[in-house]
Amino acid sequence: MTATNLHLYVMAVPLLSAFAVNLFGRRYRAAIGPVAVSALGFSTIAALLTLLRVLQQGGYRYTVGNWQPPYGIELVIDPLSALMLLLISAVALTAAIGALKSTEQELPGREHLFFTLYLILVAGLLGLVMTGDAFNLYVLLEITSITTYGLIAMGGGRAPLASFNYIIMGSIGACFYLLGVGYLYILTGTLNMADIASILPGLESHAAMATAFGFMLVGLWVKMAFFPLHNWLPNAYSLAPTGAGMMIAPLMTKVTVYLMIRVMFSIFSPEYTFFAHSGVQAGIVWVAALAILCASALALAQRNLRRMLTYILVAEVGYMVGGVWLANTTGMTGAVLHIVNDALMTLCLFLAAAAIVYRTGSLEFDKLRGLYRRMPLTMAAFTVGAFSMIGVPPTCGFFSKWYLILGAVEAGHWEFVVALVLSSLINAVLFFRIIEIAYFQKPEQAAAGGLLAGEAPLLLLKPLLVAAVALLAVGIGSGPLVSQVIRLALPSGMVP
Amino acid sequence: MNQLLTEIVAKYNYWLYVVLMMIGFYAMIGKRNLVKKLLGMNIFQTAIILFYVSTGVKRGAKIPIVDKYAALSQGVDPGQIINPLPHVLMLTAIVVSVSVTGVALAILVRIYRRYGTLEEDEILEKIRS
Amino acid sequence: MKQLQERFGQNPEGDNLIIRTAVRLLVPFIQLYGMYVIVHGHYSPGGGFQGGVVLGASFILLALAYDLKTSLRHMSEGVNVVLGNVGVLIFVGIAVLCALLGGLFLDYEALAQIIPMADEEWHSLGIFLVELGVGLAVMSIMASLFWDLASGGDMEEGL
Repeated sequence: MTATNLHLYVMAVPLLSAFAVNLFGRRYRAAIGPVAVSALGFSTIAALLTLLRVLQQGGYRYTVGNWQPPYGIELVIDPLSALMLLLISAVALTAAIGALKSTEQELPGREHLFFTLYLILVAGLLGLVMTGDAFNLYVLLEITSITTYGLIAMGGGRAPLASFNYIIMGSIGACFYLLGVGYLYILTGTLNMADIASILPGLESHAAMATAFGFMLVGLWVKMAFFPLHNWLPNAYSLAPTGAGMMIAPLMTKVTVYLMIRVMFSIFSPEYTFFAHSGVQAGIVWVAALAILCASALALAQRNLRRMLTYILVAEVGYMVGGVWLANTTGMTGAVLHIVNDALMTLCLFLAAAAIVYRTGSLEFDKLRGLYRRMPLTMAAFTVGAFSMIGVPPTCGFFSKWYLILGAVEAGHWEFVVALVLSSLINAVLFFRIIEIAYFQKPEQAAAGGLLAGEAPLLLLKPLLVAAVALLAVGIGSGPLVSQVIRLALPSGMVP
Repeated sequence: MNQLLTEIVAKYNYWLYVVLMMIGFYAMIGKRNLVKKLLGMNIFQTAIILFYVSTGVKRGAKIPIVDKYAALSQGVDPGQIINPLPHVLMLTAIVVSVSVTGVALAILVRIYRRYGTLEEDEILEKIRS
Repeated sequence: MKQLQERFGQNPEGDNLIIRTAVRLLVPFIQLYGMYVIVHGHYSPGGGFQGGVVLGASFILLALAYDLKTSLRHMSEGVNVVLGNVGVLIFVGIAVLCALLGGLFLDYEALAQIIPMADEEWHSLGIFLVELGVGLAVMSIMASLFWDLASGGDMEEGL
C-alpha cells in the first residue's frame, strides 16, 4: 500500500506540515525549523525511492480517488517526473536549511508565515511535475504562483511593487495557458493529457490546434521569463527576501521548462510540434540564441550581485528552450541535463549570495572587496559555482553545454553554437570580475580573528558546501546520469 | 461580405468575449494606475470564464439539475442537458481569480502606505529621487 | 408625522438604526443558509466554496453595518486562523487517511474499514466531509481578506 502511494506522500507531507506550521508556529517558534526540514527530508527520501522504483519497474500511472481516466485526474510517474521530484525536494531541503538563518535576520517574528508559504510552494511544485491532466496543471501552476507572489512581497523596499508587476505578468501567462486548454477541450472533449494526445492526430482542424498550441506555449514562456517576456524576473527575484529567492530562483523557471516539455510531447506529439508548421522550430531557436546574447549583455551592466545572477538566469532559460527546440535527441538530453545542472548551480550561487548578505549586508560590487580573506569557504563555493556557469570541466555545467553544442551542430543551427560559446565567454568575464574584486583587492578594514571568524553561520555554510560538492559530483557522474536516467526520460518518438 | 456578416452574427457571443478580453488586456498593459491594471486582470479572467461556460451549451437543452427519482427510473438523455463540466472547472478558476485579487489588493495597500500614491509614474519618480 | 421625521433626521444614528436592526435579524439566517449550501454540495448545486463565501459574507455584513470591532467580537482573529487551518487539514487529512488505510489517495471506499457502509454511500459521505473542510477554510479566508484589506492590517477601524 505504501509503495503505491509513495509519490503522493512526497507531496502530501509538506502540505500537511505547512498548515501545522501555520497553526502552531506563532507560539512554538523553535519548532518551525525542525518541522519544515524534517518534512522536506522525508520528501527527498521518498522521491529517491520513487525514482529507484521507476528506474527498475518502468513508469506508471496513478488515478487519484480511484476514478478511472478520462474522468478522473491521473498522475504520470515516468523517469522524467521522478527525476524532477527528486530535484525539487533536494533543492527545497537545502534552501530551507539555508533560509532558517536568513529569515531570522530579515523577517523577525514572521517566520511562521514565511515557512507556511514556502512549504505550500514546494508542495505545489511537487504536484506540478506529477500531474497528467491539463486543467490540474493550471490549478497547481496558480498555487505555486500565488505563494510566490506572497513570498516576494514579504521583502522590504521596492519588493511589493516588483511583486505586483509579477502578478500582472504571471496572470497573463496563466490565462493564456487556460485559453489554450479551453481550445483543446472544445476540440477533443477531454482534459486528460494522454487522451488528448490520442485524439489530436485524427483531427483536421488546423487553425484551432495551432491557436491552442500557440497560446499554451506563449503562456508558459511568460511564466518562465523567456526573452523578450522576461521583464518581471530581475526585479522580482533580486528584491525578494533572501530565503525566498534561494528557493524560487533555482526551481520556478526550471519546472516551467519541464511543463513546456510536457505540453510539447505529451499533449501534442513531436511530429506536430516540430514539423507541422514550417519555420516555427528554426525561428524559436533563433529567438533562444538572441535571448542568450541579450540577457548576457544585460548582465554585464549590473552592479549588484543578485541582479546579475537573475539576468544570467534568463540566459540559462534561453539555453534550455533552445535545447528543447533543436529537435534531436542530443539537444533534448542537453536540455534535460541542463535543467538539473542549472537548478544546482543557481542554488549554489544564491546560497553564496545569501551568506555574503548575512555577514556584510550588501551585494554591491564595491562592497565585495577582499571578501576572500573574511569568508574563504563561501568564496570557494562561489568559485565552484562560477566555474560551473562558465562551463569548466569537471563541474556539471560543462557537460550540459557540451551536449547542447553537439546537438546544435548536429541540427545545423550554428547561431545557437555561436550564442552558447559567446555566453560562456561573457559569463567568464562576469564571474572573473567578481573573483578579482573579492580575491585581489584590499578590503576596507583589515580582517581580524581566525579562519571562521567572519564566515557565515554554520546553518548557511553547510548547505552551501553541500551544493558546491553536488556540482562536482553531478558533473563527474554525468555519464551514468545521462545513460541511466535521462535517456529513459526522453519522450519517445524523437528524431535521433 | 454576406458570408462574413453571417459568421459574425452566428457566433456573436464569442466575438463579445474576444472584445472583453482585449479590453482587459489593454487595461493591464496600457493603464498607469495600479488598481486599473488589477481590474483589467479581473476583466480578462472573467472573459475567459465566460468563454469556457459558453462551450457547454446545446441547442434546446435544459440546465443540468434533474429530479433524482426521475433520473433513477428513466435515465438521463445527454442531448437534453447542457454540459456541466466547464461550469465546475470555472468554479476553480473563479477561486483562483479571487485569490490573486486578494493578494494583489493586499500588496497595493502596502504600496500605498509606502509611497502615498497608486500611479505608476509617480511611484517611479519617488523611487528614482 | 413631521415631528417624527425631524427627530430622526437630526439623529445621526437614524439611518443606521434600520440597517443595524435588519442586519441583526438577518445574519443568523444568512449563516444558516450558508451551512445549508455547504451541506447540499454533494447532491445538488452548492458546495464548499459557495457556502463558505456566504458564511464569510455574513461576517463582512456585520463589519459593514456596525464596525470592525463588532465583527471581530463575534469571531476573533485567532479563532479565524484556527478554523481556516483546521478546514484545510480536514481535507488533506481525509486524503491521507484514505491512503493510510490501504486505498489510493482520496479513495473513500477505503474508509469503509472504520465505519462499514456501501461504496456509493462512502463516496457521497466522503465528498460531504471534504466539502465541510473546504467551506470552513473559505469562510475564514473571506472574512480575513475583508478585515485585513479594510483596516490595512491593524484591525482598528474598518470602512
